[in-house]
Amino acid sequence: MSLLDYFRTSKTSSASLAKERLQILVAHERTSRNQPSYLPQLQKELLEVIRKYVSIDQDAISVNFEQDDNQETLELNIVLPDTNKKS
Amino acid sequence: MARIIVVTSGKGGVGKTTTSAAIAMGLAKRGHKTAVIDFDVGLRNLDLIMGCERRVVYDFVNVINGEATLNQALIRDKNCNQLYILPASQTRDKDALSQEGVGRILDELKKDFKYIVCDSPAGIERGAFLAMYYADDAFIVTNPEVSSVRDSDRMLGILSSKSRRAEHNEEPIKEYLLLTRYSPERVKLGEMLSVDDVQEILSLHLLGVIPESKSVLNASNSGTPVILDEKSDAGQAYADVIARYLGEDRPHRFIDEKKGLFGKLFGSK
Ligand SMILES: Nc1ncnc2c1ncn2[C@@H]1O[C@H](COP(=O)(O)OP(=O)(O)OP(=O)(O)O)[C@@H](O)[C@H]1O
Ligand SMILES: [Mg+2]
Repeated sequence: MSLLDYFRTSKTSSASLAKERLQILVAHERTSRNQPSYLPQLQKELLEVIRKYVSIDQDAISVNFEQDDNQETLELNIVLPDTNKKS
Repeated sequence: MARIIVVTSGKGGVGKTTTSAAIAMGLAKRGHKTAVIDFDVGLRNLDLIMGCERRVVYDFVNVINGEATLNQALIRDKNCNQLYILPASQTRDKDALSQEGVGRILDELKKDFKYIVCDSPAGIERGAFLAMYYADDAFIVTNPEVSSVRDSDRMLGILSSKSRRAEHNEEPIKEYLLLTRYSPERVKLGEMLSVDDVQEILSLHLLGVIPESKSVLNASNSGTPVILDEKSDAGQAYADVIARYLGEDRPHRFIDEKKGLFGKLFGSK
């Protein structure tokens, strides 16, 4: 790679890096924007209920809300602790 | 039918007031009776950009509070008799604008004016909310820069969920993109997001690209909207914006690099 190429690539990367970061961020913010406001509370209460029976971490539970033209779905994911491992 | 246009961005300092002054003047010059309102309560600046700062007697808040009539507060522009300016109040009271009051004044203006341009303050607080709430059209002023694009997207979310049209399930606000402070040279070097980059993210109807231009500072120094500087690139770009908004077809003139003498002599095309 010549010196000239080096300058060229380092220059072209700045705007394309900006675009890449923006695309990811904006996509993320758009999905969370449409989420109902009760989601965090729901997640917290679910966690409390499940913890009565199994001990799980806070991040073992994820709640996802999705919306398209004809339906809204609430996706709930709970990762149970590995039972083979004694904690 | 009168139309209410909000000039908004989320992010501060991107060119909302410059744009509001230019497009209000552009519409008025085309013969449409136009009012431009400064919503930046406490930080009035549109009067300076329009060059009428010494003629301000009453302001928007005075009219809402019934301390002055609309006719007393509206300032007729010195360059165009179809254009009127309603200055912001310099009060520090954040709640000086009430939603009901703003709606009442806009309704009154709608009887007499074809276009009502609302210059939004930065941010997503009360002033910015009220500036966009009653809008029919939104001009999203964006700089080719990450935080500005992100804030524009947030503002789009607010327009589509919090505006009067959204609340009443009416046809949504028409959203237009105005990319300002654009440097084709820097885009070519890969230092700045291009129009296409920004459009890939926001995908709005592109009304125009306003180049980064010395003429904007010259215009604000003298208190004349830059669109009146017909020789300037920014002035011409704003004139194209008005033409497109009014339904005319205009090619984009300021997206590509200006060709120097060398480019003109030896460049392709
Ligand atoms: N196309 C341009 N070229 C060069 N300078 C510009 C351009 N557009 C705006 N500016 C400059 O950028 C600065 C901010 O512009 P302006 O006041 O219009 O922004 P704003 O969005 O209204 O700011 P605020 O959020 O504070 O209300 C000013 O100094 C103005 O002269
Ligand atoms: Mg401003």
